[in-house]
Amino acid sequence: MRGHKRRRLIGSLYVAPALLFVLAFTVYPFARMFWISFHNWSLITPPKYVGLDNYRKAFNDDQFWESLRFTLKYTLLITPILIVGGYLIALLVAGNTRLRRFTRAVVFVPVVIGLGASSLLWYWLFSARYGLVNKVLLDLGIIDEPVLWLGTDADRSNWAVITSVVWKVLGFGMILFVGAIQAIPTEINEAARVDGATLWQRTTRVTLPLTRRTILLVTLVSAIGSLLAFDQFYLMTAGQPRNQTATSVFYVYLNSFPLLKLGYGAALSLILAVFILIFTITQMILTRRSKT
Amino acid sequence: MTEVIELEAPPRVRAAGRDFAPRSPRRKRPRRYLAGAVCLAVSTIMLMPLIASLLASVKPTEEAAQTPPTYVPHGFSLDAYRRLWHYQSGLMTYFVNSFATAMLTVGFTLALTMLAGYGLARFPIPFKEPLFVVLLLALIVPYQALLTPIFLTFSDYDLTNSLTGLAIIHTAIQLPFSLYVMRNSFEAVPIELEEAAMIDGANSRQILRRIFLPAVVPAIVTVALFAFVTSWNEYLGALVMMNKDESFTLPLILASARTKTSLGGTDWGMLQAGITISILPCVGVYLLLQKHFIAGFLNGALK
Repeated sequence: MRGHKRRRLIGSLYVAPALLFVLAFTVYPFARMFWISFHNWSLITPPKYVGLDNYRKAFNDDQFWESLRFTLKYTLLITPILIVGGYLIALLVAGNTRLRRFTRAVVFVPVVIGLGASSLLWYWLFSARYGLVNKVLLDLGIIDEPVLWLGTDADRSNWAVITSVVWKVLGFGMILFVGAIQAIPTEINEAARVDGATLWQRTTRVTLPLTRRTILLVTLVSAIGSLLAFDQFYLMTAGQPRNQTATSVFYVYLNSFPLLKLGYGAALSLILAVFILIFTITQMILTRRSKT
Repeated sequence: MTEVIELEAPPRVRAAGRDFAPRSPRRKRPRRYLAGAVCLAVSTIMLMPLIASLLASVKPTEEAAQTPPTYVPHGFSLDAYRRLWHYQSGLMTYFVNSFATAMLTVGFTLALTMLAGYGLARFPIPFKEPLFVVLLLALIVPYQALLTPIFLTFSDYDLTNSLTGLAIIHTAIQLPFSLYVMRNSFEAVPIELEEAAMIDGANSRQILRRIFLPAVVPAIVTVALFAFVTSWNEYLGALVMMNKDESFTLPLILASARTKTSLGGTDWGMLQAGITISILPCVGVYLLLQKHFIAGFLNGALK
């Protein structure tokens, strides 16, 4: 009995540093954010209690809703590309030949480099006069004069950013899909083949249904990532034209830091966090349920 | 009963017969070549931007600023790297800042999650599951949303413009994934080993060091790897916390280098040099430890 108590104590001591860390750098900031969101505060003047004013302001702030709408649009456009594209490549490279392993490794390379670095790289590629995208399109005769990809037209900018991010994160979905496809017992595919199923039938009736959970989870993880997009737009379009490509995190950042409306920024953060929470909880329920 | 079997049998035979044709070598080969060609095409497209950036970084200054751009450098020069070397506080400052932050992040993450993973996996801790949920809280609250209060707290304790401060943020980002991987890995160690050591009179610290540490080495590599890469690449947190040029990390100085000019415009050559330098460590680490990377993604990315 004393031994058991002792082990409980020792175990708690092992967990204590991590717990203190989370309390200090996640729980406490979260609590403090609530507090800040009820105040007007610019660092220079002392915080002033304003009740729910910041939230009321947020609900009437067209720019905020515009940014949320744009973020959703971006997410709805990019997520299917990432999932379908990642899955198609996964089907292509799931086998273990040398060429397929190589392709897998190559497609995954951009995943490990920074989103900041890749955004700047594509900022250059999409640059109207110095970039290779226009150069290639001009040389192929697809366009007659350089296209201004970034910063002049919201949709064109959005597609340029989507291109760069697809390049950057396609490998993430691919590698998880390959894992799921390879986890399907070979007997199932063999049996289907013996039954005369074509490649198309085997893909749609065996592979797809058996990897459904992974598809769902990758979709959610990708969507959450896209809803929190910042680096790519901050670095490639800077929100231009006229803040039409400013994402929600961008808008929160803009209010909190350069403009130092800390209270308002905190309120926006909280609204955003609640929004993301819906997706995260869905993801957790899905993982929990299927882990048994 | 027999009827069912008879009904099922004929289509099966027919189907198998049909299936035989596409599996014969003559029909199968074009498909295989096609798959190979697509593999090569995909690889080429994915590598192209990286190669283009690398090539642009060794163009002579005038060529790098030329419009329309050249595909392949006509001349070779390391001028862009030379300019990057002396840019602002000097490349070394930023490289060291990034590296130190990443190493601190690795250290913090490993220290916290190894202890906690061991505790959670092997000890009868009261309220264990709620505790675990609290520890994974960062999964639910995105750190992007917490930067304002963290910034304020850090201002009070002089942790802005500090590599330690930034490493703390990066550790907070990495903690849930790392803890998850560590706990699983400690749980996978057979209980018999631990019991045998206990019978021999080893205490928990000795057991941790002699039994568990060797067994969780793959998890340690995975956690360290992801912590390093996350920290090395992270942008928004650094942007918020660092406002003095000499405490910038590589992503920050890259972004600022873009707006600086050499020949009346962006210094594209230097920007490409910077991108190449900041990409290299990650790609290098990935190529060396590919297995651990993939394992980490498969084991932890979705859980």
